Amino acid sequence: MQLEQMYQEIILDHYRNPHRHGLREPFDAESFQVNPTCGDEVTLRVHLTGTGTEATVEDVSYSGQGCSISQAATSVLTDLVVGRPLQEALDKQAAFTELMEGRGQVEPDEDVLEDGVAFAGVAKYPMRVKCALLGWMAFRDAVSRVVDEVGAS
Amino acid sequence: MTVEPPGVRGQDTEQTGGSTTSAPLDVAAIRADFPILQRTVRDGRDLVYLDSGATSQRPRQVLDAERSFLENSNAAVHRGAHQLAEEATDAYEGARAKVARFVGVNTNEIVFTKNATEGVNLVAYAMSNAATSGPEAERFRLAPGDEIVVSEMEHHANLVPWQQLCERTGATLRWFGVTDEGRLDLSELDTLVHERTKVVAVTQQSNVLGTVNPLDSIVRRAHEVGALVVLDACQSVPHGPVDFGALGVDFAVFSGHKMLGPSGIGVLYGRHELLRAMPPFLTGGSMIELVHIDRSTFAEPPQRFEAGVPMTSQVVGLGAAVDYLSVVGMERVAKHEHQLVERALRELSAVDGVRIIGPTDTEDRGGAVSFVIDGIHPHDASQVMDDRGVEVRVGHHCAWPLHRRMGVPATIRASFFLYNELDEVTALADAVREAQRFFAVTPTAG
Repeated sequence: MQLEQMYQEIILDHYRNPHRHGLREPFDAESFQVNPTCGDEVTLRVHLTGTGTEATVEDVSYSGQGCSISQAATSVLTDLVVGRPLQEALDKQAAFTELMEGRGQVEPDEDVLEDGVAFAGVAKYPMRVKCALLGWMAFRDAVSRVVDEVGAS
Repeated sequence: MTVEPPGVRGQDTEQTGGSTTSAPLDVAAIRADFPILQRTVRDGRDLVYLDSGATSQRPRQVLDAERSFLENSNAAVHRGAHQLAEEATDAYEGARAKVARFVGVNTNEIVFTKNATEGVNLVAYAMSNAATSGPEAERFRLAPGDEIVVSEMEHHANLVPWQQLCERTGATLRWFGVTDEGRLDLSELDTLVHERTKVVAVTQQSNVLGTVNPLDSIVRRAHEVGALVVLDACQSVPHGPVDFGALGVDFAVFSGHKMLGPSGIGVLYGRHELLRAMPPFLTGGSMIELVHIDRSTFAEPPQRFEAGVPMTSQVVGLGAAVDYLSVVGMERVAKHEHQLVERALRELSAVDGVRIIGPTDTEDRGGAVSFVIDGIHPHDASQVMDDRGVEVRVGHHCAWPLHRRMGVPATIRASFFLYNELDEVTALADAVREAQRFFAVTPTAG
């Protein structure tokens, strides 16, 4: 059954016990993203130390409402980027986006995406890809508000 | 053009729209007319299609009518004098007459649009254009201080165009509230609708709650103060007998694809007297009377509102859909759907953790049943249901303000039509329980 491939236990764990949930201070930028087709939304804050792409992601905090896929993907995002150099975080964002837009044809690199590889099954359901990317879009958007070299998408 | 009569096998084919027969539908015979209902989904599951509120499926008779038209009579309508142009124009205008009869109005009161959304926009933009039209368009003009009244349960299609019209004209938007039970709150009808109200735009049947609204009192009050009533009939015309003439509304819109017809075709009804006085929305070919290099005059309605080469095979397909529904009989369609809704309300209410969003009784209630499941986001629930072949809609169903009002970000909506069987309601309830098992939120599983 494909359903189990989509709802990996890792995803359900993150959904039930999301990491770093809630909005915190201090932060440098905040992004609000909404999926207009379903009404799911996320508000995400980014706190960076250092400047430009040399910065380090100090904290990512968030709140919102949405399905298990969007909530779990945002929880995994915080695991992947907090404490990492910004450039590495952006590389992970690119890798995760590539995985999700790959229609199930992209082989994920577990070294880069860690728990994020659990979302490979979601990529087979085009209507759910946006759910998985909502928090990541918010992350990219928030970073772009702080770091000039980073575009919003 | 020869089209197989919409012979719903096993039905009494002498019946037409407004049929009074009480014989139940032969759903198996109806289903045989819909090729798509024979397919399977997601690894061999029978398709349980419960999303007709979004779009309905099309019977062979509609597909055949379109194909036959294109293979035999295709030409641009209202242009040229050759035989094909003549046949195409006859087919197009013949379908207009069928549609008009179907909703109880005159043929020259039916305007074809791309969809229902365009129909609402047509009226809203014509009202904007009234600002620069002659004195005959006076009653369509809006100015600061004027008001438009909508309701909290409107589909975005009958809300956003009015918000925009208010922005363009300085008019003010007001709205009827919705009660906790999902009924229109008309307790302040007389104060909300007053002398400065120019438009009252409401739905006949909510696409989310299933609520059928009491139009009598709204129309009466609106006309008392000289306001125009614009009716969203997208969810009512496909599902039961509707007579715009008897309802007394001034404008109404509905779409072809929700009533067994093609997509890309919508209908705007307007009282003839109003259409005659109303300035056009889109301008160009077909809608003119005289064109000079620096000015033009416009054709009589409905042509005035059908600029450019219109949708033709779609209109023919819609005519065939109207024939199909008329042969079945709209009273019987309504009765059948009533049984489906009654069963859905009963079976879903029996599932612990399910909450119906909308009236839980069948009075003044149509075939859309929306609900939420404790502990499961609608998106996630629908994924499990889809895995069992049960296709429902999830999200805010283009009625975001209504979902805010009801205190839920999204709902699961099952919507029914004449081809749904009572067993499919049970499949729906079973799929809900399966979603609860999958996400381990079954209340009794502790």
